[in-house]
Amino acid sequence: MDRKTARPIALVIHVGAWIPLATLAWMAWQGHLGPVPVAVATRLLGRYALTLLLLSLVPTAVRIIFGLHAAVRFRRPLGLYAFFYAMLHVLAFVGLDYRLALDLIIVAVLQSRRELVGLAAFAILMVLALTSIPGLVKRLGKTWKRIHLSVYLAASLVVLHAIWNYKELRAWPLFAGAALILLLIVRLPPVSSQLRRWRRSEAKRPS
Amino acid sequence: MKKIDPGRITPEHIYLNRRQLITGMGALAAASLLGACASPRGPEATPSAGATSTSPGTPIPTGESERLGGRLTPLEDVAGYNNFYEFTLSKTKVAELAEDFETSPWQVEVGGMVRNPTVFGLQDIGAFEQEERIYRMRCVEAWSMVIPWRGFPLSALLETVEPTAEAKFVRFETLADPTQMPGLKSNVLDWPYVEGLRVDEAMHDLTLLATGLYGKDLPPQNGAPVRLVVPWKYGFKSIKSIVKIELMAEMPVSSWMEAGPNEYGFYANVNPDVPHPRWSQATERVIGTGERRKTELFNGYQEEVAHLYEGMDLEENF
Repeated sequence: MDRKTARPIALVIHVGAWIPLATLAWMAWQGHLGPVPVAVATRLLGRYALTLLLLSLVPTAVRIIFGLHAAVRFRRPLGLYAFFYAMLHVLAFVGLDYRLALDLIIVAVLQSRRELVGLAAFAILMVLALTSIPGLVKRLGKTWKRIHLSVYLAASLVVLHAIWNYKELRAWPLFAGAALILLLIVRLPPVSSQLRRWRRSEAKRPS
Repeated sequence: MKKIDPGRITPEHIYLNRRQLITGMGALAAASLLGACASPRGPEATPSAGATSTSPGTPIPTGESERLGGRLTPLEDVAGYNNFYEFTLSKTKVAELAEDFETSPWQVEVGGMVRNPTVFGLQDIGAFEQEERIYRMRCVEAWSMVIPWRGFPLSALLETVEPTAEAKFVRFETLADPTQMPGLKSNVLDWPYVEGLRVDEAMHDLTLLATGLYGKDLPPQNGAPVRLVVPWKYGFKSIKSIVKIELMAEMPVSSWMEAGPNEYGFYANVNPDVPHPRWSQATERVIGTGERRKTELFNGYQEEVAHLYEGMDLEENF
């Protein structure tokens, strides 16, 4: 991928990532978030975070399937935007929903599987965001790669967090879970090497 | 009965105009019933149904303010944020989908272990002396509303059908009409929706068959034309749009027990110390205020109902 193709994609990512927040802010401003605005805002922020987190896994899959190594450059902005929304989601929970009532928050988290897995996922995402500083990526080398594989663990926890949010099974978190499973399958060493082999033999075949 | 101390009216109520104050007083008369559960249905305590005209934003009568706190949940939230899976899983879309719900004619078939099995029409249900009761409704999803219901104690209806001595439980059923209820296509629950109570719970004076709220007939999304309200239990026990009531010897299996036996029990008493397996029940979001409050044991009705569960392990019997 050359610079000419990369630039519009980067633009779509940077503009696209702000649209949900802008829309949410506008809806809140207009009072269109319904009878439970804080709950709706918190849930939407979480949903955007999970969507971006899944999107941040797409470049790696594209590299494996299509051999497009340049796609990898979009991982970082997508991942950081995912963390950004996750942070807003946590801030909404702590600040708007619980109004910083720490005692109540602690009870809520300790008594709740749903909040515990969410918190664990957020902790992982924070480590990933902090280790995304450009200089660190090179300095950490193989360790960086190992650390960042835990994004799949974080995403799994977030999917659980979303599934557990409802009394019954809802379509959206299950759909996100299915997408995650597909993205994860592509990454599995036997699958990814098989995909690479196919791609190479495809390229060698005379046309 | 709690004594009413005018000095306890909080300053934020001062802005109320005279009419609101008067309707507030009407609601106060109704709510005084709550404090007087020992002699609940004395004629002097029963306000006439037509006189109640509680309006949204009315302050909670002082006699009940300690228990219910703050204000009534605005009507637009009570009628705009509903769990009624027969229509949709979306709480904010029930009202629209249920708009044309046909509630007349309507029949409630009461039978099973009773001496006088009866089919009640809408008029028969309206013939029971209606009163206004202000209850907090606590949903298992950790939110609550304060709602002025109109209705009559379930015990009044049960007394007319005369349960036999063998009857130990009451089973309720919601209408399941696929032509009117698009949510029935979903299989999240086994339809029709079923709920149940022990007979002593059903006969408790707090247990209401509601026919209205805010002084008017129930909106469809709130369970028209007649629904159960059991204020010390999670909201899903307060079954809507009832078509069948059956007295039985065995404990009925409710729809939620069937869907998630580890998560939803028969009793479903509000209890901040027994979390849902996936989330805490320690606090609740107060709809319409943007605030949270600590959840109370039996939703604050401990004094009236704790004796029903004496010696029972509330964690085991969730």
